[in-house]
Amino acid sequence: MLAFLLRRILIAIPTVVIISIMVFGLQHLLPGDPILVLAGEERDPDVLEALREKYRLNDPVPVQYIAWVGNALQGDLGVSLRTNQPVTELMAEKLPVTIQLAFMSMVFALVIGIPAGILSAVKKGTATDYVANVVALSGLSIPNFWLGIMLILLVSVKWQLLPASGYVPPSEDLWQSVRTMLMPSFVLGTALAATLMRHTRSSMIGVLSADYVRTARAKGLRERVVILKHAFRNALTPIVTLTALLFGELVAGAVLTEQIFTIPGFGKLVVDAVFNRDYAVVQGIVLVTAVGFIFMNLFADAMYYVLNPRLRGQ
Amino acid sequence: MELVDLSLRFRGQPNDVVDQVSLAVGQGEVLCVVGESGCGKSVTAMALMGLLSPDYSIISSGNLNVGGISFDLTRDALPREMRGSRVAMIFQEPMTSLNPVFRIGDQICEAILSHGNVSRSDAMARAEEMLKRVGIANPAQRLFEFPHQLSGGMRQRVMIAMALANDPQVLIADEPTTALDVTIQAQILDLIRDLRDDTGMGTIMITHDLGVVAEIADRVAVMYGGQVVEQGPVRDVFENPQHPYTIGLMSAMPRLDRPGGRLAIVPGTVPAISNMPDGCRFRTRCAFATSECERRPGLSEFAAQHSVACHFAPLEENIGVTA
Repeated sequence: MLAFLLRRILIAIPTVVIISIMVFGLQHLLPGDPILVLAGEERDPDVLEALREKYRLNDPVPVQYIAWVGNALQGDLGVSLRTNQPVTELMAEKLPVTIQLAFMSMVFALVIGIPAGILSAVKKGTATDYVANVVALSGLSIPNFWLGIMLILLVSVKWQLLPASGYVPPSEDLWQSVRTMLMPSFVLGTALAATLMRHTRSSMIGVLSADYVRTARAKGLRERVVILKHAFRNALTPIVTLTALLFGELVAGAVLTEQIFTIPGFGKLVVDAVFNRDYAVVQGIVLVTAVGFIFMNLFADAMYYVLNPRLRGQ
Repeated sequence: MELVDLSLRFRGQPNDVVDQVSLAVGQGEVLCVVGESGCGKSVTAMALMGLLSPDYSIISSGNLNVGGISFDLTRDALPREMRGSRVAMIFQEPMTSLNPVFRIGDQICEAILSHGNVSRSDAMARAEEMLKRVGIANPAQRLFEFPHQLSGGMRQRVMIAMALANDPQVLIADEPTTALDVTIQAQILDLIRDLRDDTGMGTIMITHDLGVVAEIADRVAVMYGGQVVEQGPVRDVFENPQHPYTIGLMSAMPRLDRPGGRLAIVPGTVPAISNMPDGCRFRTRCAFATSECERRPGLSEFAAQHSVACHFAPLEENIGVTA
């Protein structure tokens, strides 16, 4: 297990390096001058030059890269060009918000997507299957922002059941925090649930016709045990892969969802940073997100190991 | 166990794939069901076990009697409680019939625990005993292994151990040796015979291999196009086959005592189920068919316990043909 994970981590290192180069490079390809944004009304060339010097923007690009990586490895991702706050501090502030959103969305996605997928596989070709597929297709087709706005309109404005926007930290008031996050995570979660449902369905359909499922029935096991234990355990591998990959969609979806529900999270931070040409912040966020994505895939690899006894022997 | 008059068809098909099939197997007896691919022998076994999905198949008649309990198969399948306990089944594909993600011991235990009120440790002990009984070395260690760590023959032994863990009255074996090589085949057949002698279970063995039939059967039922065309004690059927199809099968078997020459074949192919002729289903391939064969021949006993579905039986008397 340890050797297996170590090998995976070693493979991940070049990926991280390449990502860091791309993150760093892309910023320099973007149009616009961050110093002009920072200086505001000030147009004195000397002042602009001093600022450039201060943020080492006159150094050759590779030197800037090395310096950035060196600092990043020590946990210093620079300071925001706009607010002068350290990027790590900004992220530490916003990250828990988005993690909560991502976690609750994932719960929605798994709790809706997997049972719906299993049900529609077991009831393949029946009305239940068709209804589940139509709902899943709608989930994929309806844009997040539309669903979000409609929910705000109905649930918050008309029925006044849940708050329309904002954020309450769970440490402050857990119940209120969950209540506030309920609608955004539902919006984000349902889109993922649709994908998850489709994949669970096809994976389960494949497994349900397997010989060992017939054996399980011939043993006289209850149908519930046959499906949830013998079939589902074998259908899990592609579902785990997908869940790890959905992490990317989750981050992308969070950007939009946080805008709609004005949640002060990671997504909002990155949008603001891009608009303000806040290089350091954008770089930091993209890097952290990419590393997070790599970790999700590592986690998926570790799960294969747990799920598939054939891997363990090697 | 006795199956009476089973008829079933698949949804969307006009003809029955299993047509008025009756089979019976007594205590300690081995009944072999033989026939070409697609003759309905496996489907009959699946129907017996209640493993056919009503989504795909419709049973239009059939009664099943297991140890004095009788079911109308058109209404109820063999109930879950009896599957794997009173009637057990093993399959053709030992490589894929065990669940790859669970340990051998757990899979056997599960069969025991789902039918008996025993503790897990008792079930584990029973599983170990069963592995030993089917001839697996180091059973205590094998319990904790996964299927991929075992060879095909060993996996079939595990399947047998699992099937017999609850002392079933009847074992249905659907081509249990087809996927195995010849030496392992013989070992598995020996094992099934030994276990039959020990436990007195009845065995329905489905096969297309007449060698297997000669090896193990007490009685044999020959199926063609979803019907039983001949049934009787294995000696009688082998030495005095009465249905033209059985005669064809017998002469298509290579024999060591008559070397040389070409192997005989049964001319033509089995018609698709949607294309089955009325009357005798074999008449399109039968050398002796006449207009009379457009009427369906019933299965009738022509000698003690030996019955055949042909208008001309006994053939020697009626049309002067001998096998």
